[in-house]
Amino acid sequence: MNYITGQINLKTKIPIVSTILNFNDIKGAIKARWDINRNNYNVKPGLYAIGSPDSSSDVFVSANYKLSFDHLRKNLNGLNAWILVLDTKGINVWCAAGKGTFGTKELVSKIKEFAIETIVEHKRIIVPQLGAVGVSAHEVKSETGFNIKYGPVKASDIKDFLKNNYKATQKHRTVDFPFFERLKLTPVEIVGHLKYFLFVFALMFILSGFSEATFAVNNSWNYSLILIANLCSAYLVGAILTPVLLPFIPVKEFAFKGLILGLLISVFIFYFNLMGNNLIENISLFLINTAIASFIAMNFTGSSTFTSLSGVKKEMRLFVPIQILFFATGLIMWIIMRFV
Amino acid sequence: MSLSYIKNVSTLELDVEKCTGCSMCVTVCPHNVFEIANRKSRIVNKDLCMECGACVKNCPENALAVKSGVGCAAGILLGYIRGTEPTCGCDGDSDCC
Repeated sequence: MNYITGQINLKTKIPIVSTILNFNDIKGAIKARWDINRNNYNVKPGLYAIGSPDSSSDVFVSANYKLSFDHLRKNLNGLNAWILVLDTKGINVWCAAGKGTFGTKELVSKIKEFAIETIVEHKRIIVPQLGAVGVSAHEVKSETGFNIKYGPVKASDIKDFLKNNYKATQKHRTVDFPFFERLKLTPVEIVGHLKYFLFVFALMFILSGFSEATFAVNNSWNYSLILIANLCSAYLVGAILTPVLLPFIPVKEFAFKGLILGLLISVFIFYFNLMGNNLIENISLFLINTAIASFIAMNFTGSSTFTSLSGVKKEMRLFVPIQILFFATGLIMWIIMRFV
Repeated sequence: MSLSYIKNVSTLELDVEKCTGCSMCVTVCPHNVFEIANRKSRIVNKDLCMECGACVKNCPENALAVKSGVGCAAGILLGYIRGTEPTCGCDGDSDCC
């Protein structure tokens, strides 16, 4: 592994890892953001060393998703510390904590497996705050004797946290969701949907071939481009524009945000004369575009950092029927126009 | 213009009788839902609660309760199709969170 620079020989051999990310680490991170090899992007669970740690050095807990691990080691530059990597099946801390793989049981088992009480003489173990969703500090204490100090949400605040006597300030404890974070999460969603695109395009091409109930490939070439332009615009509005403009759209429900922007983009497309040839076709495309933008925007709730289960369920109860109604009505109207 | 979500839906509950004011809930909450006043915890921003469950998990007195889960439309749909609780499909296969 290119990030291992040496080893410490205690009872077992503990690899020392670099705190500087190299070309391969950065390349791997970019690929993971585009969903390439993301589900295999992991490090071996276990104990690692940063610098030349001793029995008074701090122990930081991480997940075995390589992006999480890289983020932590990068921010420990200049320190001497231990990193205990839990087996979270290659999933990041927050998601794994939600599933329980970054949890009390796994942490207790790794503390015992690597005999952390023989590595350090103190009883502090630093867990990222978002891991608290899966880890119960008092249970870990009663099972291992270690006191969990919840570190800041962002690894980049770790040095302030240490200076502040293992206390995260309110700012360090708060999860936000700024512009670039939102943008960074959009490609994964899109790549995940790519496999459906081909199927939809093929179907649209065939259906576009029908005019006055007769099929001609010429019609497909003339007409499917318009249709695909509409669908792609609506999709991108839901997948990129809505996430990026999230705080600026003055309604709360993600599906509603997507619906509004879907409607606006349809007006825009209509204005540039990229819609149908008659009123029914135009209405059908308005309905389909709006339904798609709304549905795709609604799915971004899963990438966001502040939506609750109860809230998402509430908006789905209201907007999924609307999406189905719009999409089905639009599609039926559009197909009918192929055959009259 | 802040990033706040739908109001009056959180299932978070605090039993003040059981609370000892240890402030673990304040420490673990990513959205500053709690504050300590007069040696007791208090819910001050209930509408910011995302029902992650970190406070419940770390309350030594069992004074907190919430119906926690993923705030994720795809996860809810997946759970609905499979007939399980809402879940993101990270269990070994493709998509996750």
